[in-house]
Amino acid sequence: MSVVKMTGIVKRFGAVLANDHVDLELEAGEIHALLGENGAGKTTLMNVLSGLYAPDEGEITVNGQRCHIDSPRKALALGIGMVHQHFMLAAPLTVAENIVLGMKTSRSPLLGLADAEARIRQLSEKYHLQVDPKAYIWQLSAGERQRVEILKLLYREANILILDEPTAVLTPGEAGEMYQVLWEMTKQGHTVVLISHKLEEVTAWASRITVLRDGRVVDTVKGNVGRPELARMMVGREVLFQYERTAQTPGEVVLSLQHVSARGAKGTLAVQDVSLDVRRGEIVGIAGVAGNGQSELTDAIAGLLHVESGRITLAGRDITNSTPDSITRQGLGYVPEDRQETGLLLEMSVAENLILKEHDRAPFARRSTLNAPAIRENAEQLVQAYGIRVPAITAPVDYLSGGNQQKVVLAREFGLEPQLMVAAQPTRGLDVGATESVRKLLLEGRQSQRSQMAILLISTELEEILGLSDRILVMFGGRIVYEVDAARADPEAIGLAMAGEDVIC
Amino acid sequence: MLAKLGKTAQPWRDWLVQFGMALLAVALALLVGAVIILLMGESPVAAYRAILYGAFGNINNLSETVVKAAPLVLAGAGLAIAYRANMWNIGAEGQIYVGGMAAICVGLYLGDLPAVIVLPLAALAGFIGGALWAGIAGILKVRLGIDEVINTIMLNYIAALGVNWLIHGPLKDPAAGFPRTAMIPINAQLPILIPRTRLHLGVVMAIVLAVLLQWILWRTSLGYRIRAVGQNKTAARYGGINVGRTMMIAMLISGGMAGLAGMNQTNGLHFRMLQDISGGIGFTAIAVALLAGNQPIATLLSGFILAALDVGANAMQIRAHVPIEVVKIIQGLVILFVVGREYFNRRILARRRSLAERQEHEEKRRAETAGLESAS
Repeated sequence: MSVVKMTGIVKRFGAVLANDHVDLELEAGEIHALLGENGAGKTTLMNVLSGLYAPDEGEITVNGQRCHIDSPRKALALGIGMVHQHFMLAAPLTVAENIVLGMKTSRSPLLGLADAEARIRQLSEKYHLQVDPKAYIWQLSAGERQRVEILKLLYREANILILDEPTAVLTPGEAGEMYQVLWEMTKQGHTVVLISHKLEEVTAWASRITVLRDGRVVDTVKGNVGRPELARMMVGREVLFQYERTAQTPGEVVLSLQHVSARGAKGTLAVQDVSLDVRRGEIVGIAGVAGNGQSELTDAIAGLLHVESGRITLAGRDITNSTPDSITRQGLGYVPEDRQETGLLLEMSVAENLILKEHDRAPFARRSTLNAPAIRENAEQLVQAYGIRVPAITAPVDYLSGGNQQKVVLAREFGLEPQLMVAAQPTRGLDVGATESVRKLLLEGRQSQRSQMAILLISTELEEILGLSDRILVMFGGRIVYEVDAARADPEAIGLAMAGEDVIC
Repeated sequence: MLAKLGKTAQPWRDWLVQFGMALLAVALALLVGAVIILLMGESPVAAYRAILYGAFGNINNLSETVVKAAPLVLAGAGLAIAYRANMWNIGAEGQIYVGGMAAICVGLYLGDLPAVIVLPLAALAGFIGGALWAGIAGILKVRLGIDEVINTIMLNYIAALGVNWLIHGPLKDPAAGFPRTAMIPINAQLPILIPRTRLHLGVVMAIVLAVLLQWILWRTSLGYRIRAVGQNKTAARYGGINVGRTMMIAMLISGGMAGLAGMNQTNGLHFRMLQDISGGIGFTAIAVALLAGNQPIATLLSGFILAALDVGANAMQIRAHVPIEVVKIIQGLVILFVVGREYFNRRILARRRSLAERQEHEEKRRAETAGLESAS
């Protein structure tokens, strides 16, 4: 039987129809996935259900009763609660303090924390959501914080839980655990709504899937539909999961690491004794769960992290612990994992961002004086070549959407015409269309007669690694634990290696 | 020349908006000041008219305002550079003392040399003195990560009291009963530009340097690095910029400019080192930089405005019986509204971004419908 029924929901933001007559029915005890590209209207729809937005049209019935949900408080009273993509927890407070935040207790005006802690313990045992109620939020990992968010809803006796991109911040291990917990909660009568654009997760765990595109419902289907089918529904056209790769023999070694070790921010050896080669005209993919030393490895190559021992050579020259600038001159292009924090100067203009690595050399600077015409020309040319949508090349990068920001980074790094391109998570957070164009760009870099780059691709998405790489390495605990030619790659073995199992090559 | 200055980076429209916002801040502060004067039972019209007269009423008053503005512009333009690099130098006051003292020493010991030699030497000494004083806080920040705000504030006291000791002790004018140095010879004094006023060469120095710093900030690779580092250290480092060196350079420039402001006071006005010779110029300069939106060239205007308020305050007290302190309140309010401006800037930004995303969304949709239509 249906616990929630949303009919004809319309939500407008100015001229944009975020939800266009959306119908959605939730059944008791199901995991219902809302699938769609960025901007398809999934989150908006759930914000309507959880009382954050008032719909312009349409009605909502909960347990057969027509409701007017005008605040999150009211939604919670009806048993509907939402965990947002960005956690809403106060870091200096404890778990218990966060959970009771904003609630009246029987001991008011006292907090009655002891009572709360006892109840939190009960709940966390019942639902296998292990977390210490006395721990401070800042001490917790992303996975634990997520549990606190879920507990917060259970504490308020919500039985319809909405989770927005719950695994975006989790490691695959934590994600699996979380889904297990959600699964068990549905057994106890809870209903779970899952907002996601990750096909694998959705097909693995959802009992029903509603696909949204451009604010409209495409269809609601059973959870056992094939992934290509779902992808087609999401984007409205066939998605290339197979990329055109020309067969080519890789050339000479461009990047070579020999027994490289480096310490991460926590002072532990994040990269341990890593040796690898990348040749001209090949893509070497490093698979692995996030946090296994990949970012430290790429930072060490780029000169941003001190190499403790070992040797790195680029195009025949030793670049171990050289300055980032001299490594760039030696032929490195680097698309960093975090484009907003590392890759871009958000408040500076598109044109200025495009010369970040070359601002001090000709033609952009002559005797330390910036050459405005050359800078403008460069920007106009790159903006056109890479199809970057900008209001003006003088506009701050901050004004651009996420996909276009990533294009600025890519245009700059490819524009360097480097011998080696290190691309760390180049498609993270991008929608299907943008993802595809980034992947094409990488393949072009590998194949085009002119460039024939050596490419080191870091990705946590196995599908991306499998689709693009010539050779695949797996990183676990700071080491390369597995290596295989893409032609003979077995996804299962790679998956095991990613999980730290011993796999015989 | 001016039209070309900002061309690479910021569209003129943004500059105009910034300029309008700054004027709005001043206008709001004057408005609130008027209410305060009303509440005191005096006439705001009379008070403001008195300020205007005091600051601009005749050639003498106007020249006094310009003379007052010069050190504010020098120190303020320098601070703008430091703030662009995200180095919060609050120590211009101390750097003024050290720079002034260094310049005076050149005058005392080398003042017999021709003016064309001794004046550049004094200016150089002033710049280096201020730069070194700022450099202490700079190096502590860059090497050890110690907060420059605290250090520059503390160094203010050390500088002012150190100078006090010098003029009470080793450098005391033996002929005077007060704590002050001897007078520097005429060759070491900044020449007067208009007879019968105190308008000296330092004013020209301030204008030239404000323009120069503007040019450096927007049209040189050093300026690019300063802005990049101030914006995002991580990205700057990733881009190959030596972050520590850049922060240090920005700090040295701002200290040096404050030092020149000191030299401006010692060699341009008083011709000796006195106690409290700065009297808060280094702090007002912070307001000058902020009101200028950290654009060195705009300190010419913001420095002039704040100087006019200061100079006009006396006339206001005498003619309109409104205490000088009201002007201090108005200056404080200017800062408050300038800082409040940030809030509006952020709102404008947020609106533009959502607009960009909306347009993109619409275009995508239109493209898709077009595709569907041509397919069918």
